[in-house]
Amino acid sequence: MTTPTLEVRNLRTHFFTRAGVVKAVDDVSFTIASGRVLGLVGESGSGKTVTGFSIIGLVDPPGRIAGGAILYQGQDLAKLPEREMRALRGNRIAMIFQDPMMTLNPVLRIDTQMIEAVQAHAKVSHAEARTRARDALGMVGIPSPDERLQAYPHQFSGGMRQRVAIAIALLHHPDLLIADEPTTALDVTIQAQILAEVQKLAVNYGTALIWITHDLSVIAGLADEIAVMYAGRIVETGAADAVLDRPVHPYTHGLIGSVPSRNRRGEKLRQIPGTTPSLLRLPPGCAFRTRCPRADAACEQEPLPSQPVPERTVRCFHPLVAVAA
Amino acid sequence: MTTWLIRRLIQALFVVLAMSVIVFIGVHVIGNPVDILISPEADQAERARIIAALGLDQPLWKQYLLFVNDALHGNLGRSFVFNEPALLLIAQRMPATMELAVTAVLMSILFGIPLGLYAGLYPEGAVARTIMAGSILGFSLPTFWVGLMLIMVFAVQLGWLPSTGRGTTAELFGIQWSFLTLDGLRHLVLPALNLSLFNISLVLRLTRAGVRETLPMDFVKFARAKGLTPARVIFVHVLKNIMIPVVTVVGLELGSTIAFAVVTESVFAWPGMGKLIIDSINVLDRPVIVAYLMMIVLLFVTINLVVDLLYTVLDPRVRLEAKG
Amino acid sequence: MSTTALPVVAREETPFRRFVAEFAASRVALAALVLFVLIGLAAIFAPFIVPQNPYDLAQLDIMDGRLPPGSASAAGYTYILGTDDQGRDMFSGILYGLRISLGVGVGSALIACVFGTALGLFAAYAGGRTDAAIMRLVDLQLSFPSILVALMILAMLGKGVMNVVLALVIVEWAYYTRTVRASALVERRREYIEAAECLALPKHRIMFRHLLPNCLPPLIVIGTQQVARAIALEATLSFLGLGVPITEPSLGLLIANGYQYMLSGKYWISFYPGIALLVTIVAINLVGDQLRDVLNPRLQR
Ligand SMILES: Nc1ncnc2c1ncn2[C@@H]1O[C@H](COP(=O)(O)OP(=O)(O)OP(=O)(O)O)[C@@H](O)[C@H]1O
Ligand code: SF4
Ligand SMILES: [Mg+2]
Repeated sequence: MTTPTLEVRNLRTHFFTRAGVVKAVDDVSFTIASGRVLGLVGESGSGKTVTGFSIIGLVDPPGRIAGGAILYQGQDLAKLPEREMRALRGNRIAMIFQDPMMTLNPVLRIDTQMIEAVQAHAKVSHAEARTRARDALGMVGIPSPDERLQAYPHQFSGGMRQRVAIAIALLHHPDLLIADEPTTALDVTIQAQILAEVQKLAVNYGTALIWITHDLSVIAGLADEIAVMYAGRIVETGAADAVLDRPVHPYTHGLIGSVPSRNRRGEKLRQIPGTTPSLLRLPPGCAFRTRCPRADAACEQEPLPSQPVPERTVRCFHPLVAVAA
Repeated sequence: MTTWLIRRLIQALFVVLAMSVIVFIGVHVIGNPVDILISPEADQAERARIIAALGLDQPLWKQYLLFVNDALHGNLGRSFVFNEPALLLIAQRMPATMELAVTAVLMSILFGIPLGLYAGLYPEGAVARTIMAGSILGFSLPTFWVGLMLIMVFAVQLGWLPSTGRGTTAELFGIQWSFLTLDGLRHLVLPALNLSLFNISLVLRLTRAGVRETLPMDFVKFARAKGLTPARVIFVHVLKNIMIPVVTVVGLELGSTIAFAVVTESVFAWPGMGKLIIDSINVLDRPVIVAYLMMIVLLFVTINLVVDLLYTVLDPRVRLEAKG
Repeated sequence: MSTTALPVVAREETPFRRFVAEFAASRVALAALVLFVLIGLAAIFAPFIVPQNPYDLAQLDIMDGRLPPGSASAAGYTYILGTDDQGRDMFSGILYGLRISLGVGVGSALIACVFGTALGLFAAYAGGRTDAAIMRLVDLQLSFPSILVALMILAMLGKGVMNVVLALVIVEWAYYTRTVRASALVERRREYIEAAECLALPKHRIMFRHLLPNCLPPLIVIGTQQVARAIALEATLSFLGLGVPITEPSLGLLIANGYQYMLSGKYWISFYPGIALLVTIVAINLVGDQLRDVLNPRLQR
């Protein structure tokens, strides 16, 4: 068996705030191989972005990685000195952020921001870096890239800015790309375009792709595997189709129920009752307990990962296996 | 852009006009214009003759027009003390003041930005706290008092630097400058530092606040995610964002700095126009006072105009809005 | 967030009590406040504290001029801080100087506050062109450096305590106007003002009974800062010889008088008044900073 591109093992990323310890990522494990797409799904505040930042080594104080391992091609990134981490960042491991309006520096021209990204990892001349930047822009579907290089970010629309960010992330054909809800802020048609393009590019370069989203429908046709996060934990992982068709964790089940496209027209959208608990005051035991229809006394204990069905890992005492899907 | 410029110019003109009215009223209505414009030594007949000659028997609005007309021709009266055109006196002293003020403003950038950057990057450290406490002092202590302390420490106690005058000057473009000679530079250090203390505090606070505000921004994190060195992230991505407001404020402060040079020049006997105006007020040399006030208002308005213009040139976002 | 019951505070918590508690949370600010009160008391009761009336030329003995600290006077007491060139006891001079400095600073701040607040409320309430015109004036005023405005006025009117106060008022009023107008505009949109308007209460009642109390916190903050600024500016003007008359020196003038002797090592004539000025200004600023932190709702955690 070849080593996967990335293996996250029992990752814990905690924020040591004045109000208490926020366990934004708590005992998270998953694996992703070259050329595959992992969908990381969860409600707002479940720790998806922090997971991404942990991998790329950009968790800022008061947060820090409190435990676990992040094995990139067998090498633990959590223990890597900053210098070596920097050599990987933007080079072998890249990330696209949530809000395209905020990711580009408003006072620097696009060419400055792209050329510096090229030259950070490749010893090439300014002219050569510029050529690469232009080609990258062309590849993500920006018309007349030569001209657009001279522009400032605010001269672009949100969708165009996200394309620029994607072009920057793909400059060095990374082994791993973390896409943190890169389309949430955009309108639906552009979402679909960008989604398709990123996937195509990822496949071309054999890039492993972690696609973060809170919207299951976005990744339904895209992901190979799905990991569902709740309150800093991964509550269910498995093959994408299997998870979507036969969710086993009550939370996943609720999430799928609340996806509009999977409901019949006119049928009332099913919502998970209640709200995400504050990470500062998680109830002991299963964090989903206060909202879970299946909760009982057993759930006051911490559920450990188990495999109620093959190829599926779930944290739940009462998985939905008995119920016919 | 052109309409904006024209509107801005009209605004500036309006301010100058308004100030000329205020100065005019101050001189001609509140004070007695005869005292102001005629030397106290003149006898009765002489006074009557000059009153008629100066048009002081005319209605007020006519007098104002006369005043404006004279001012436009560069005639703001003759100094009683020096018996020279007041405007010429001011013009002769201006380079010394400008040299002092510009040096002070440059020093505020030179010290303020690195200190503010440091305090912004390591806000919890003892050094940053000391810097911030110092900036509170820089804001609140009267300039003259700090000047005296500088003299006491560096000139009297340590004897490192001279405390008064411009020292040896050298000529450039027909004007004498201190910064061209070593002795002149030594004379420039203390007064410039004194004058810049307020601005250093201001710049360092602005820089610190800017750093604190910019660091958590997504684009900074994205820059780091590209694998850039911390130096590049801070000095290009963060600093470039902060520089625009800081430079704007520093530019706007040049006017105040010139005005506050009055204090520093008095403390350090720096022969600029600030020293001249204080001496003139003390001996009631009113034409010089009027000339100084009009001059500084003009200077002030011009500086604000230029800074506004520079701001639109510097900030790509503003620049485009102005065009469109 | 779950409503975990917090331990109930025994005493009833009034806004004022909370304010006091929050202010006292900073030791430095508390110390500064105590210091400021002491300085104020010393200034007010100066005639009962000092051995000499420094403004009564008959009590000054030129022969005692420029004595170092600790020298004995002819009248039997000790010049604990030395004497100036006219034989004035520096300790007495400083306390009397503080009286003038504080009086001018606080007085001008109060007058400017009343005038500026009234104008700000008026602008906020009148709205439209009146508001725009007043705010233009405020902007113009604020764009000119304080020293220039003060110079202009003193150049026209001449020296004197009242002229200095007038100059300071003209320098300061705009800060109050801007602050009050801003918070009044916010308050105006609140329900209780709208309710009062519906009840057809007279305009001035609404302004003074309802708007003003809510503009108070920012006013207090600005007021404190302005007192410190006014004291510094008065000292500066007096140092330049444009402020108070030479017979009744404030701190700034005392410092100026000693300046020429400083270079020859007779430091105390300038130094001690300088320290008094420094301590006063820093104390007020520290109090002001803490007030700002406590009263500014944006910073409240
Ligand atoms: N700097 C920080 N200090 C304290 N807590 C933090 C910090 N950054 C993140 N958190 C906490 O970590 C948790 C996870 O945040 P994260 O941004 O990863 O959520 P997310 O799943 O990406 O949500 P969204 O869909 O809104 O982006 C949140 O509850 C947040 O409160
Ligand atoms: S462990 Fe219990 S509470 Fe948690 S999801 Fe499963 S059934 Fe619900
Ligand atoms: Mg997120």
